[in-house]
Amino acid sequence: MFKILKYSFYDLVRSRWSYVYLLFYLLLGFALLFLNENISKAVITLMNVITILVPLIGTIFGVMYFYNSKEFTELLLALPIPRRSIFLGQYFGVAISLSLSLILGLGIPFLFYGLFQSDSIVDFLLLLITGSMLTFIFTAIAFYIGLSNENKIKGFGYAILFWLFMAVIYDGIFLISLIVFEEYPLDNLSLFATLFNPIDLSRVLILLKLDIAALLGYTGAVFQKFFGNFSGLIVSFFTLFLWIIIPLFLVKRKASKKDF
Amino acid sequence: MISIENLHKNFGINQVLNGIDLSITKGQTVAILGPNGSGKTTLIKSILGMVKPSSGDISLAGMSVKNKWDYRENIDYLPQIANFPGNLKVIELIHMIKDIRGKGITQEDRFIEMFGLQPFLNKKLSHLSGGTKQKVNLVLTFMFDSDMIILDEPTSGLDPVSLIALKNLIASEKQKGKTILITSHIMSFVEEVCDKLVFILDGKIYFNDTIKVLKVTTKEENFEKAIAHLLTHAHV
Repeated sequence: MFKILKYSFYDLVRSRWSYVYLLFYLLLGFALLFLNENISKAVITLMNVITILVPLIGTIFGVMYFYNSKEFTELLLALPIPRRSIFLGQYFGVAISLSLSLILGLGIPFLFYGLFQSDSIVDFLLLLITGSMLTFIFTAIAFYIGLSNENKIKGFGYAILFWLFMAVIYDGIFLISLIVFEEYPLDNLSLFATLFNPIDLSRVLILLKLDIAALLGYTGAVFQKFFGNFSGLIVSFFTLFLWIIIPLFLVKRKASKKDF
Repeated sequence: MISIENLHKNFGINQVLNGIDLSITKGQTVAILGPNGSGKTTLIKSILGMVKPSSGDISLAGMSVKNKWDYRENIDYLPQIANFPGNLKVIELIHMIKDIRGKGITQEDRFIEMFGLQPFLNKKLSHLSGGTKQKVNLVLTFMFDSDMIILDEPTSGLDPVSLIALKNLIASEKQKGKTILITSHIMSFVEEVCDKLVFILDGKIYFNDTIKVLKVTTKEENFEKAIAHLLTHAHV
């Protein structure tokens, strides 16, 4: 697996798109810091960008890489290596190179602005960690969608639809259900619903760490109680972790049964 | 060496292989022929474990290949479509495949020279033409010197010089006593290189014998006509 990972990573690190992605974050980081002149404010703006954009990029890159390397994957499948090594290797190659673009692209401008002297270093690190986890989650799901659909266009469509659902539609349904059922106690429901969407989960996690949970009103208090303490943090990270493990397990199962 | 028993494969309602029984002894060079969509590639991919058969069994040297991967150690496979990661250089790809297979001694230099690939070694794979990619593909296949070689459309895109080189190469591999499986649509190539023919139509074997026997049974002197005869009379 590590050999495949190594070469997928090499291949990606040299692709133009990785640099475009890196450059985008570099520009974003510098621009935000220049405009805000304040690291913790920049972190908040970044959070909004990261929770929407990182999953989108992870999804698109994941599907694109999967379909583009299809013929090459067939060549690898004829070599004396188990199938799971091929797909897990490629997956980690994509996810790690994307995460690296994110970490370097945002890390460098923030280092320039004296991140280490700032109080926001923990918030910033949390932002990078959740951003990387979102990359891993959505790349895994993109790989699963790629494996399940022979048709490129269909696969692309499903992947984008999945992202749209998690980033936009889910919140809409969530909001409507809160309004429809406003007569009932909804604390647990909303907590539960948040856990089932990695994007929401990351957003809430960062908001709470930034101590602006008051923006969330009453539910904010419930969330604060849950996420704010140590065990809440553990549960949310564990859930994000499950969001990586379960799709990966599905990828492995699908890959072992598929005909190429 | 390869024995296939009652092999069936369907993709949804599409029955591709319909009870294939075949045994290939060591040292033979066998051509798998048939019209487009007859199941040649599916049969080859089943041997390689890339396609999972719906039923039936395949064994290599007496061992079933089901859910195994390490038996591929002894097979060199040339896939039909040569498409490689575009950002790697040719030499890097060769080193990569060597590294992944982890076999000690390889003979890539000999084949790089044979197919005249030296000027391309430091070029990116995305900048190569189709024929050059096919040559790289051939180097990747032959450099490992395994006992069994499977070639899926080896002639596609090759110039006449490389085609002659390929024919000579197959002849010398034959001399070493290797088992070789070839699919091709170029009949003159098949006639020149192969000892035996397996003709597949609609997922069934219609003919399995030497080229000589084919000519006698179809009463055709010309090999191409004999194959055409097989195609038009296959329903009998």
